[in-house]
Amino acid sequence: MSSKTIEKRFDAMKTAIAILISLVLSFALVAIVSDDPAEALQTFALGPLSNLRRMGNVIELTIPLTFAGVAVSIMYSANQFSMITQSTIYAGACIGSWFAIYVTLPKGLHSAFVILMAGIVGMVLAAIPAIMKVKWQASEVVSSIMINYIIMQFTLWFLLNVYKDPTAGFNCSYKFKESARLTKIVTGTRIHTGLFVCIAAVIFGYIFLYKTKWGYAIRVVGQNQEFARYSGIAVASVMIYSQVIGGLIGGIGGGVEIMGLFQRYTWEAPPSYGNDGLMVGILAKYNPLFVPFAALFLAYIRTGADIMSRITDVPVEFVNILQGVVIMLVAAEMFLAKWKHKLIVKNAQKQEIAKEAAK
Amino acid sequence: MERVFSAIFSTSFFVSTLKLTTPILLAALGAIFTDRAGVLNLNLEGVMLAAALGGVLGSAWTGSVFVGILSAILIGMIIAAVLAYVGIYLKSNLVLAGTALNLFVTGATIFVLFIVTGEKGTSTALKSGKIPKLNIPFIKDIPVVGKLLSGHSVMTYFAFLCVFIASYLIYRTAIGLRIRAVGENPDAAESVGINVKTIKTASLLICGFFAALGGSFLSMYYVSWFQRDMTAGRGFIALAAMNLGNSTPVGTMLAALLFGASEQLGNVLQVMKVPPQIVLMIPYFVTLVGLVLYAIRRESKIKKLKANN
Repeated sequence: MSSKTIEKRFDAMKTAIAILISLVLSFALVAIVSDDPAEALQTFALGPLSNLRRMGNVIELTIPLTFAGVAVSIMYSANQFSMITQSTIYAGACIGSWFAIYVTLPKGLHSAFVILMAGIVGMVLAAIPAIMKVKWQASEVVSSIMINYIIMQFTLWFLLNVYKDPTAGFNCSYKFKESARLTKIVTGTRIHTGLFVCIAAVIFGYIFLYKTKWGYAIRVVGQNQEFARYSGIAVASVMIYSQVIGGLIGGIGGGVEIMGLFQRYTWEAPPSYGNDGLMVGILAKYNPLFVPFAALFLAYIRTGADIMSRITDVPVEFVNILQGVVIMLVAAEMFLAKWKHKLIVKNAQKQEIAKEAAK
Repeated sequence: MERVFSAIFSTSFFVSTLKLTTPILLAALGAIFTDRAGVLNLNLEGVMLAAALGGVLGSAWTGSVFVGILSAILIGMIIAAVLAYVGIYLKSNLVLAGTALNLFVTGATIFVLFIVTGEKGTSTALKSGKIPKLNIPFIKDIPVVGKLLSGHSVMTYFAFLCVFIASYLIYRTAIGLRIRAVGENPDAAESVGINVKTIKTASLLICGFFAALGGSFLSMYYVSWFQRDMTAGRGFIALAAMNLGNSTPVGTMLAALLFGASEQLGNVLQVMKVPPQIVLMIPYFVTLVGLVLYAIRRESKIKKLKANN
């Protein structure tokens, strides 16, 4: 066994242990606050499986989380820690909705058009911190967070002043044209054709990142920017296109989400797709192929927590605690590092002995 | 337009600006220490939020505002210590660790609030203390000047005093020198026997102290209760203020005042029927522009240095 395979196995192990620790921690927290811990935990752990509709909820939530995860994977593979995914999804959905209300196109084509527009919105937004970084060395982390706050206000303004339906009785847009909405594919759930777009995004992300020279350049820049520069990679353009393509995927995710699950645009407060995407991306080791599994895991937990908070008295926000702990432990290089060293040393010793014996 | 100007050039605008500047200034002064030590600290938000809750709980339980502030500081520094442990000793990427810790604090504060009060939104059920105002004798009786200089919260005066304290710590003490050395060249600092990890941890703890004071101001003066997510990005605005102020205490103070004024301008415009959403964007826009301005200034400085060589 080479030490590289050990490292790979160790990484998987470490992720599993980190998830386990945070699950145990959140079980403990639930047990502390709940009057009936056994029931609360059971709803949390098994609730999502209890009927078809809830299983559907898990898959429905997996779709946007997967888009967010793929977007984050592409950006972070280049070491560009833009937090823009939040905004790309949110603004993509918001502006995309406008095209779903005011543009007339045949069924199917209309959906594709709306999703494309949402993707373009995502691209444009993601380009801002990227360009600010390349041109002025302004930290993409801080600028993207500022843009997130601006977009949060902007989308609310857009909803209230551009396409608010005054007859609806609550803050929402006019109804989307039926031709723009995505078709349901599983009866009894709300799972929609966006699932196929999502699968396509995963495959695209994987091929782009691991099978093309552009993706290779992204990964080289991510591992060692100086090395990339000296080997002739145009680092500035890699920084820009990694973020722009991540933005495109985030925006498409926003368009798919709003056309798949909603009849009107109703988001007054942003769903936390940005931080969710971060966790999904990290759990997947920034590999788009693993993203759906990580997304499924988080979607399952969120759905479980949601059901639990409705049935019992446990606040749904404990998922944030769990997410925080998972990200910290998985991202920590030195977490369990001693154990890893031991494994590698042991393996090397074994190989030495085997060599001696062969002589 | 005239109404806008008359609202801006009024004593109440100035007073409110100082109030809004206080938490940003305190956190931004803290951010100077981490920045000078070469630590990207995204956790100001989390520290402030945790401290805001800590302050409310501490003062509600003991009935003392002072104990409330002390417990805010304690909680804030504990959060900072966690980031130091994960980011520096476990070598996690600081962006990820900071973001994760912010997420953790968002959830944990709501959780603790729920355990203590049974509510998930605000702590209005608790009777928590309020930081007192300070009326300066004699000065308060001078017509306009009295209103401008007297009657702010104690924490506001302390925040501006902290500009000098931070200056002193950074430029005139051994720990300040070490922090700057580690930030400028960690290898060189290590070679002369400075423990880089210890210094970085120290910078995070000092930062935690200042940011926690800012957080306590939010829940103990700005309003007198804790509210979920009540920091609303102020930690990041503080980070931007530090950047805009070029990581110097006085520059940071000016930048923090700018952000405080733009927030207050937002409040004024809101009264004048400008859509609140547009107005609420102002501080973040100013921050974006500030980031670019700072970067342009830095570039021209580097160019000058190169030309001199």
